[in-house]
Amino acid sequence: MALFTEAGTSSILIALPYADWRQRPQWPAVALVNTDPVEELAPHVGELRLITLHFPKFSDGRAYSQARLLRGRLGYEGELRATGNVLQDQLPFMLRCGFDSFESEQKGFAEALAKARTLFSVVYQPAEDHRATAARLRLEANHFFP
Amino acid sequence: MPDTHFYRYDSYDRTLVAERVEQFRDQVRRRLAGELTEEQFKPLRLTNGLYLQLHAYMLRIAIPYGTLSSRQLRKLASIARKYDRGYGHFTTRQNLQLNWIKLEDAPDALAELAEVDMHAMQTSGNVIRNVTADHFAGAAIDEIEDPRIWCEIVRQWSTLHPEFSFLPRKFKIAVTGSPNDRAAVRVHDIGLRLWRNPAGEVGFEVIVGGGLGRTPMIGKTVREFLPRNELLAYLEAVLRVYNRYGRRDNLYKARIKILVHELGVEKMREEVEAEYAAARGGPLGLPDETIEAIARQFAPPALAERPAIVPEVEALKLEDRDFALWLKANVSPHRTPGYAIVTASLKPAGAPPGDASAAQMEGVADIADAYAQGEIRVSHEQNLVLPHVAVADLPAVWRALGTLGFAEANVGKITDIIACPGLDYCALANARSIPVAQRISNHFAELARQHDIGDLKIKISGCINACGHHHVGHIGILGVDKNGVELYQISLGGDVDFGNTALGAILGPAVTADKVVEAVDALVATYLESRTDGERFVETYRRIGAQPFKDRVYGTVH
Repeated sequence: MALFTEAGTSSILIALPYADWRQRPQWPAVALVNTDPVEELAPHVGELRLITLHFPKFSDGRAYSQARLLRGRLGYEGELRATGNVLQDQLPFMLRCGFDSFESEQKGFAEALAKARTLFSVVYQPAEDHRATAARLRLEANHFFP
Repeated sequence: MPDTHFYRYDSYDRTLVAERVEQFRDQVRRRLAGELTEEQFKPLRLTNGLYLQLHAYMLRIAIPYGTLSSRQLRKLASIARKYDRGYGHFTTRQNLQLNWIKLEDAPDALAELAEVDMHAMQTSGNVIRNVTADHFAGAAIDEIEDPRIWCEIVRQWSTLHPEFSFLPRKFKIAVTGSPNDRAAVRVHDIGLRLWRNPAGEVGFEVIVGGGLGRTPMIGKTVREFLPRNELLAYLEAVLRVYNRYGRRDNLYKARIKILVHELGVEKMREEVEAEYAAARGGPLGLPDETIEAIARQFAPPALAERPAIVPEVEALKLEDRDFALWLKANVSPHRTPGYAIVTASLKPAGAPPGDASAAQMEGVADIADAYAQGEIRVSHEQNLVLPHVAVADLPAVWRALGTLGFAEANVGKITDIIACPGLDYCALANARSIPVAQRISNHFAELARQHDIGDLKIKISGCINACGHHHVGHIGILGVDKNGVELYQISLGGDVDFGNTALGAILGPAVTADKVVEAVDALVATYLESRTDGERFVETYRRIGAQPFKDRVYGTVH
């Protein structure tokens, strides 16, 4: 399985399954399935360096919510990796939800990742990439040109 | 050409739609080159409006909150002509479906659509779908606030939402701004009803978990009053709870109504409120300036003062019975004196409900330009609406619609039938819907009789997925397949009126296609014999119950 990362940690950490990690919560890497309760990681997000979130099927979108909770609510800043059925057409969504590394077998994935951030120059929702939304840009434009 | 009186795209909206078209063009190219499997491609095409039907691809174009300019309607006509067979089908969700699109043409059709600030995003697939509204919005006399302002805010928030693009199942939101709900908010995944609380503030009743389909349910009120600035924060909380906990193990149990049903409304409320509280104060709060900026774009047209009583109209009413009936059925009061709301019936006798040819669409666009501020609405009852017509222009509008075949005086009557495309087009259907609708429509074509029968809503679905809303028809007709024979199950007593929302109850054994008209005839006869003064069909049913109807139908049919 090829790894594509923007995280820059180049960590070769072994992520422990959530049940095992709970026995050793000082371990800096955990692998969650998409029903694991991310909220439970709250006391440890400062020490965690790698969290992997799993897509059993690309059409199962639960891990997008987990990612946003980890980044937005718990303030996790380490590497957030998407594993499982990860396809290039999910990238614009994944990047916005705070993923910064990806395991994928799909041909052309690296090229797609290079382009994914610029595929859409406008966003409507505030998300974990902290891009200014269209609504905010409109407001600011009005302030500058009343 | 008159300026529009609803939301106009700015460069941000145009850029996003254009970029989406180019992204899809590349996805289609990769599909045709074999780089994407059909399984991988399916959600990509669905969320761009492309659905695979029985015979061909269908393109479902979003008409947000059912509002169109004449220019947009002309473009839809031109796309129907250029990329399809010259006609389209207006749906119960205020979309337009073109039934014969070629995959390789789809990106070009979408690019043309973008030229008039329209798209087909999220009209299919497991995402937040096109947001629907009252088709009389901005003109209705009973309106508290124009619901389309809120639909547009929700449209933007839900478009390409990074977290909610792979939901357990599709997700439909409807907004009404009037106490007389014309948007069926209790049978949507989320229904929003604007109302003014005792303190005089406008906010939303948030209704969650309604829906039709194979497990019809009436939505539950999760929040009595939500301050309007909090709308998106609250919607995000509901969607997050659904995305995390909605069932994904069984396609038929994946809608939010099942989650609400299984958790119970109290637990659901607790989960949503907890999520909402945790996200509170975040970036989703809507600044007043943002709301006002969008609201300004929905400012009603400046309507010149026109007389409310017009001698020519009064005279024609007396001399032409069809015109008088049309005024009664198809013309509704407008909030501005001297104006009216006109419904163009897309249900002429014997025609497939909701269909319009390219020439008819262009004809309606011309009428809208000449008499109706260049604006057209699509109703969930599959008709077109001209929201701002001067009373003095009603005779001209009636005649012009008549030449298009859209002046049938049957709105709300027995031939104003809602029907899904059924087995003529749809791969899911068990039975045909359109021919059944056509047969009923022909049988009851006589207008005086229709008006005597009065308000009666027939809704027909070709399968249990209930796209024809049969559960909420006063008479609901559901096509079922029994050993290869198309049979029709009849239910009575459904309703979508706010305060009266009810699901119909099955009357008895299903009947064959050639007996449906007889059965409906028997139901109508029972009603006519039993009704008291001014009582509508559904009210008589509620008073006397199913038995007399049942006896008559099965005594006649079998």
